[in-house]
Amino acid sequence: MKSRRDQPLVLVVEDYQDAREMYAAYLQFSGYEVAEATNGIEAIEKAQRLMPDIILMDLALPRMDGWEATRRLKSDERTRKIPVVALTGHALAGHAEGARQAGCDAFVTKPCLPDALVAEIRRLLDRQPTGADGRASRGTRKRS
Amino acid sequence: MSRVAAQMASVSSLDSEPKLALVEFLLTSMDIQESARRAVDWVVAHAPVEQAVVLVVEALSNEMLLVAEHGVSSAAIMDFALSRDDGKHPLVQALSSPEPVFISTLPPHLRAPIEARAFHAIPLRADTRETAQGLLLASTASPQIDPDTLWLARTLGKQVSRLLSRQLLAETRFGQERMLLYSIINAVTDPILLTDTEGKLIIANSHAEKLFAAPEESSEGWRRAVALNNMLFSAALSTSAVTMSELARRELLLVDPLEGSDLLFELLSSRAKDERQGTFVVSILRNVTDLARAKEEIEESYRTLRVAQAEVRDERHRLDLIIDSVADPILVTDQEGDIVLMNTPAERLFSPSPATEMEAALRRVRANGANLTSFVSNVLTRSGEQRYRGEIQLADPVTGRPLPVEALAGTILSEQGELMWVVTILHDLTEAIEKGKLYEQLKHASEQLERKVQEATAELAEQNELLRRQHIELEQASALKSQFLANMSHEFRTPLNAILGYTHMLLNNVTGQVTEPQRKSLTRIDSNSRHLLALINDILDITRIEAGRMPLNVTSFAVGDLIAEVMAELEPIIRRSNLAVTSKAKGPLPKLRSDRQKVKQIVLNLLSNALKFTPAGSVTIQAAFERRAKQMSISVRDTGVGIAKEDQAKVFEDFRQLDSSPTRGYGGTGLGLSICRRLSQMLGGTIDLTSTQGEGSTFTLRLPARPRRR
Repeated sequence: MKSRRDQPLVLVVEDYQDAREMYAAYLQFSGYEVAEATNGIEAIEKAQRLMPDIILMDLALPRMDGWEATRRLKSDERTRKIPVVALTGHALAGHAEGARQAGCDAFVTKPCLPDALVAEIRRLLDRQPTGADGRASRGTRKRS
Repeated sequence: MSRVAAQMASVSSLDSEPKLALVEFLLTSMDIQESARRAVDWVVAHAPVEQAVVLVVEALSNEMLLVAEHGVSSAAIMDFALSRDDGKHPLVQALSSPEPVFISTLPPHLRAPIEARAFHAIPLRADTRETAQGLLLASTASPQIDPDTLWLARTLGKQVSRLLSRQLLAETRFGQERMLLYSIINAVTDPILLTDTEGKLIIANSHAEKLFAAPEESSEGWRRAVALNNMLFSAALSTSAVTMSELARRELLLVDPLEGSDLLFELLSSRAKDERQGTFVVSILRNVTDLARAKEEIEESYRTLRVAQAEVRDERHRLDLIIDSVADPILVTDQEGDIVLMNTPAERLFSPSPATEMEAALRRVRANGANLTSFVSNVLTRSGEQRYRGEIQLADPVTGRPLPVEALAGTILSEQGELMWVVTILHDLTEAIEKGKLYEQLKHASEQLERKVQEATAELAEQNELLRRQHIELEQASALKSQFLANMSHEFRTPLNAILGYTHMLLNNVTGQVTEPQRKSLTRIDSNSRHLLALINDILDITRIEAGRMPLNVTSFAVGDLIAEVMAELEPIIRRSNLAVTSKAKGPLPKLRSDRQKVKQIVLNLLSNALKFTPAGSVTIQAAFERRAKQMSISVRDTGVGIAKEDQAKVFEDFRQLDSSPTRGYGGTGLGLSICRRLSQMLGGTIDLTSTQGEGSTFTLRLPARPRRR
């Protein structure tokens, strides 16, 4: 993998294969490079190795959950600056707060349509002075 | 007895002081020598006499002896004695002379105890008839005798005569006995009288004299009293026959001459016959005044004693009655422990009676006695304690029934502090013991009851604990259920997320262009998936509310802003609906304190419902503050289909919708109003509905201006 990419790299961490591949397909369709991880440990390993531009992190994961993985990434100097978008099926109040405390930069509740997710990723990447790429832009719809 | 009076009479004629002094002296003097010396001194001092000598005849030796002299040398008088038998001696002759004899010169062979040549020899005698008993020799210058000398000689003569006769009386044996007798009679305190048979007084002792003789100077009253006494005495003597042998005894009432009070005497008279002097009556008066008084007093005392005895008897009788009336046995024992007194109840226990003739009864009486004695002996050994309490086991002599008694003993001490008696009162303890037993039974029953209550309480507590545990378990189960539902909704979402996602990708031609019939089918999949998601979300909301896991986040906010926000959010739908949707505020609205998000959710739901069920017309949102009830009301009024009366109550129930098919234009889960009502209740408010079928509906949310404390 080359260090400088033409398109931003999104690390999708999700144990549910259909959802992972769906988001990956739509992100690739939307012009992003995608790497995948199925648990927290793999996520940390890939984040350190690939240095993605953004991480989409499901919170309920086997082996190491999303909160713990986020905490570790945010306490590591190398990966500290990578934005993390938490993704959870639990809309309960505690989840959002827990994710924010763990260091997540944004919080998305499932079900989340692929274009809404892409819009959120684009928003976060646009905040970043580096790594943002206009090529990936595509019209998004608002959730109703 | 009358001599003193006579001398006093002669003194009364004295004319000078020295003479009076001399007479007074002589009256008190009982000694011849002393009297003579005073007389000699007097005559030398008061008469023209230089030498004076007194000679007195001594009866036994019949000699004249010198007893006093003045101015004579001792040689002249030494061993002078002159016998009366010497008849030739001029001095002896002078004794018989009735007058004083002047002697100018004595023959040389004759001796005279005076040195003067001429002197007078003056006989000393009581009166002229008597033989002189002595001589006063007084020197003189002339044969003429001096009158003072003569007076002195006469006075001294009387004195000598008096003293000699008294001396004579005392000196003779008979005289002595008589004096003794006289003294004895005088010493007797009872008046003694010797009278003749007519009652004429012969001899009386001094006590008798007080009654029967009045001195010359005595008062009129005294004399009368004496006269009366003499009369009474004589009468007493004459009225009774005084025989020779018998001692007559009678009472005689006399008068005390000094006091005037009555004196009672016992008169004892007897005759004494003297052959020479005839018959006399000797009377002894014994003063019985005090005796009579004493007798009266004794009689009085005796009467008092009798009365007192009677009272004591009555008292004793009363005391017996009282003691007998006491139901408890009372006994009095002496210091030996023997019973001296007991009442009837005590007799029943301690005294053999006809009822105790049986051998066994007698034995019980003895046993009772022995028990009592042992108790009393305890009391006796404990001197110092006034009261003693103990228990004795006795038995009813007749029935043999055991008789436990409480014995209370008190000691009675004499004035000297010696223990005299022990009073013992016995009190039957049978009843008390019975009561004690009953009390014990009661206590036992009470304890049992208490134990049962405790057991029941423990059981109850156990059941409570069980209930509490069950409650906790139920709570846990409920929490588990909620957790399960939450988890389940998550698990629902994960596949639903994939369905929605892929449908979306297909519709967006991510995998290539889809045909129109395909698009129609994909759209059906999409809308049904969304409906399922809405259902899951609503179920999750209800679950959270019921599980109490929907926390309130209370803030202050403007209701107007909130309504505008809701309208903005539904703007696309409003635009599509072609309805006149307006909002208005009735009067100024205060800020509402509540959970903004939940209020918004309710209003959003109500408005979207109104839009959904109103095919044409208008929808009006109105906010108002009800000042009196201090509550905010937000009503959503539409001109829609309305709800039939019978269905109005049902619209708030779960899964109630006229048509639940999402594709039939209305959509919704049928849980919206149910959640709205739950949320409004959470916020302390209500939702009401007024509707007329075919005309429209008005839903009104009412919320307290401030959340009530719960």
